Amino acid sequence: MSAVEGGSFIDDIDIAVVGGGPTGLAAGLYAARARRRTVLWERGVLGGQIALTSLVENYPGFADGVMGPDLVIDMHRQAERFGLETAYGRVDGLRREPPYYVLTTSDGDVRAKAVIVAAGADPVKLGVPGEEALTGHGVSYCATCDAAFFSGEVVAVVGGGDAAVEEALFTTRYARHVYLVHRRERLRASTILRQRALSHEKIEPIWSTVGEEIGGDSAGQVSSLALRHLPSGRRRQLPVAGVFIFVGHRPSTELLRGLVPLDGGGHAYVNLWMETEQPGLFAAGDVRIDSARQLATAAGDGVTAAVRAEHYLQQRFD
Amino acid sequence: MAHPADTTDDTFDQDVVQSDLPVLVDFWAPWCGPCRMVAPIVEELADEYDGRVKFVKLNTDENPRIAGQYGIRSIPTLLVFKGGQPVGQIIGFRPKSDLAKHLEAALT
Repeated sequence: MSAVEGGSFIDDIDIAVVGGGPTGLAAGLYAARARRRTVLWERGVLGGQIALTSLVENYPGFADGVMGPDLVIDMHRQAERFGLETAYGRVDGLRREPPYYVLTTSDGDVRAKAVIVAAGADPVKLGVPGEEALTGHGVSYCATCDAAFFSGEVVAVVGGGDAAVEEALFTTRYARHVYLVHRRERLRASTILRQRALSHEKIEPIWSTVGEEIGGDSAGQVSSLALRHLPSGRRRQLPVAGVFIFVGHRPSTELLRGLVPLDGGGHAYVNLWMETEQPGLFAAGDVRIDSARQLATAAGDGVTAAVRAEHYLQQRFD
Repeated sequence: MAHPADTTDDTFDQDVVQSDLPVLVDFWAPWCGPCRMVAPIVEELADEYDGRVKFVKLNTDENPRIAGQYGIRSIPTLLVFKGGQPVGQIIGFRPKSDLAKHLEAALT
């Protein structure tokens, strides 16, 4: 990145995109293609939740489905072809210095004319003893990544939504037996997934039950999951080698806190153009209120935000 | 862009354990999407630490012995070796700066 002479900024750009999931990549494509100098920050890996998905069956235009990582790599390549710059780093702060925004990044302060926050959502943890210490040693939030290490073993999947059921189905490729632990009496997942899971010979649902503690063996690997049956309060130990956790996502809106109003779940209020109440500041994808939280809508949000950001730059700066 | 060389069950001792330089080992598999996403970050680091840290990658499908020996249960996992011993472990996706911290620690 170039230095700004005489200023304290490491860079001066047109449009800053925070987050490299489908929303950020789609926004980056449109913003760069509008010939605005656009930089996208990604703190982990590109693709966000889609990078963790194996086969995407519901993105229009891919009749036979598409592998999540393949789609992400193509989206990124497409956006870079039009000049999108990618920074693998963190954005820790965002403040307004009219008419600009200043982003505090892991590499220094950057000044931007417009900002599109597309930071997505992070998996919610169970918050039980053993979970953190055993992450990567049998506790996983990505069956697509880790299921293959549990060949012939017994594992538990915690959750009851689409993600949990999809991941439970995926783990059956490797695991000998899969317990599906859900706090309710029935799955929230869509009908087609529910039917696939409940008719699967390797999947055994455990209803109305929560995980309370994850136990490890002397080698520091997961060996058990302590369960509590909610109606009866009865406890028992489930011997498992892996615990896959899919109990929802929380929007990553720390950056927006104090700057724009958030709802009780932490989602940013926006209008239909993805505009927050701060001029030139957009929130799109899983970070916003009322999102359908689908890949196609996430990409669409990014496009909407970028189109409006281009309009804002024309009105305000050109 | 520097591309980390492949290491295997057979060459791991020579490539990593016997190495004079600290080594970053990227445990990955072809079916692991996030591993593919980590690759560009590792490649950037390989450029920045060229000559000071050695970068290799190990396919866990083809080299289960080493993956098992180091208790790999999740990929991507990056292990930093110094003097033949693992001194740093990074599981899943961390910001590039976190990865760099592990490398700096191994260099001191």
